[in-house]
Amino acid sequence: MKAFEYDRAGDLAQAVGSPAMLIAGGTNLLDLMKLEVATPDALLDITRVGLNEITSEGAGLRIGALVSNSDCAAHPRIRADWPLLSRAILAGASPQLRNKATMGGNLCQRTRCGYFMDGRSPCNKREPGTGCAAQGGVNRNHAILGASDACIATYPGDMAVALSALRATVETEGPDGIREIAMRDFHRLPGDDPSRDNVLKPGEVITAIRLPAPIGGRHLYRKVRDRASYAFALVSVAASIRMDGDRIDAAQLAFGSIAHKPWTDERVEKLLVGERPTPALFGKAADLLLEDARGQGHNDFKITLVRRALAAVLAEATGE
Amino acid sequence: MAQRPAARLSVNGQSHEYHGDPRRSLLDVLRLDLGLTGTKKGCDHGQCGACTVIVNGRRINSCLTLAVMHDEDEITTIEGIGTPDALSTLQAAFVAHDGFQCGYCTPGQICSATAMIEEIRQGWPSAVTADPADKPAVAEAEIRERMSGNLCRCGAYDNILAAIRDAMAQTEAAR
Repeated sequence: MKAFEYDRAGDLAQAVGSPAMLIAGGTNLLDLMKLEVATPDALLDITRVGLNEITSEGAGLRIGALVSNSDCAAHPRIRADWPLLSRAILAGASPQLRNKATMGGNLCQRTRCGYFMDGRSPCNKREPGTGCAAQGGVNRNHAILGASDACIATYPGDMAVALSALRATVETEGPDGIREIAMRDFHRLPGDDPSRDNVLKPGEVITAIRLPAPIGGRHLYRKVRDRASYAFALVSVAASIRMDGDRIDAAQLAFGSIAHKPWTDERVEKLLVGERPTPALFGKAADLLLEDARGQGHNDFKITLVRRALAAVLAEATGE
Repeated sequence: MAQRPAARLSVNGQSHEYHGDPRRSLLDVLRLDLGLTGTKKGCDHGQCGACTVIVNGRRINSCLTLAVMHDEDEITTIEGIGTPDALSTLQAAFVAHDGFQCGYCTPGQICSATAMIEEIRQGWPSAVTADPADKPAVAEAEIRERMSGNLCRCGAYDNILAAIRDAMAQTEAAR
C-alpha cells in the first residue's frame, strides 16, 4: 500500500470541498489500496461526522449517508414499507462487510472488472487512454447494455439497483451547495470517460439517500450468481409491482450487473402498467429492455438470463 | 508533517494507544503489536472471514479496516471470548462437535457466530428470510446464510453448523 496522510474530520464542513479521499466503511477502498489500484495521497476519515440516522420525512424516509448497510436492512420501516431495499442489501456481500459498509460508500463502490482490479492490464477506467483489456479478453461479468468502445465494465452492487427501482434520490453537499440527484442519474454510462463512475463533483459529499413515499405492492430482488451466497451478481432484477385486480397498476424495475450503472428503462415500466400479466407480456417487456443488448462473447448468456430472471420475477410479483 | 491523530483502542477490556503508520490494518496491529495471534490472516481482502473480530458489538473483517480509525472503539478478539480454562458456550460446542479440522478459520468462525447469535436474537432479517418484515426463524438455512462470510477450507461446515445450533439451544435454555 502506498503511503498517505490520515486525518479525521470532526464535522461535515471539514469534508465538503476537501481534496482528500474520503473513507467511511473502507471495505472497497482499502481493498483497492492494498492492490494499489487506488493510491490516494490523503485519506479523510468521515466516520465521526454524524449522518448516521434514519428519519421520517412525511411518508418518505431520509437515510443518513453513514448509516451502515446492516442497520438500513434491519430498520423496521424499511423492512415493512420498502422490503426491496432490505432484500437487495442482504443479497450483497457478507454480514461482516455489511456491518462496516455505509450507504454513501456503497454507492461509490468500484467495478469488479478483473482488468481494473489487477492494476497492470490496459484499463481506461483505471488509467485513461490505455485501452480496454476486457474487450476480447475474459468478459463473462461484463456489460450487455450501455457499454462503449472505451469500457464494458459493470457496476457490481445490489443496493443501488433497489434504490434505482424505488426512485430514491441522493442528497449531496459540495462547495457549491446542496443538491439532490435522482438515483437513476447518479451513476454514469462509460462513454469516452469511464474513469468517472458517477456524477459527483470534486469535493462533493453524499449526505443522505431519500426514499419517496412507498407505493406498496410486492417487492422482489432476484440475484442470479455462481454460488448461493456471498458472490456478486451475474444478473439481478429489482421489482416493485402493484396490482389492481387482475391488472398491473404500478411497476418499478431496475437491473443489476448488466451495465456501467443500475439499468432502468421507463419504457418497460410503462409497457407493463394497465396490462394483465401473461408470459407473452413478460416476453414483450424483455424484448424492449434488451433491444440494444450486445454480448461480448463470454457474457452472451446474460441476455437470456435477464429475460428469464425478469419473467420469473414478474410472474412471482403478479401471481401469474 | 502534520501531527497524526492517535487512536485509543480498547481490546478485550485493555486500553492501547496506537500512534503508528496509518496504513496498518486492525488485523496487523492486533497480531503484531499486541501479540493477539488468535485472529488469523487468511486472504487479507475481506473474502474469507478468518480475521473476524467484534467491534462495538458488531462482527467485522479486521483486515479491511485501519487501526487508526478505531479510536475509542471496544474490540473483542477470540482471546476475549474465552480461555482454555473457561471456554465460552460456543467454543465448548465447537470442541464437542468437532467444528474444525486444521483450526485456522476457527477463531473467525467463533467470533462471527458469537455476533450472529445476537443478530438473530435482535430479529435482523437475512437474504433467506421469506419476508424481511418477519422475525427470522432459527433454522439451518438462516444460519448457513448468515455464516457465509466465513470460509472453511477443510469443509467442516456440517460440524460448525451443529456446534452453532447446540450453542444457540444452550443459550436459549439458560435465558
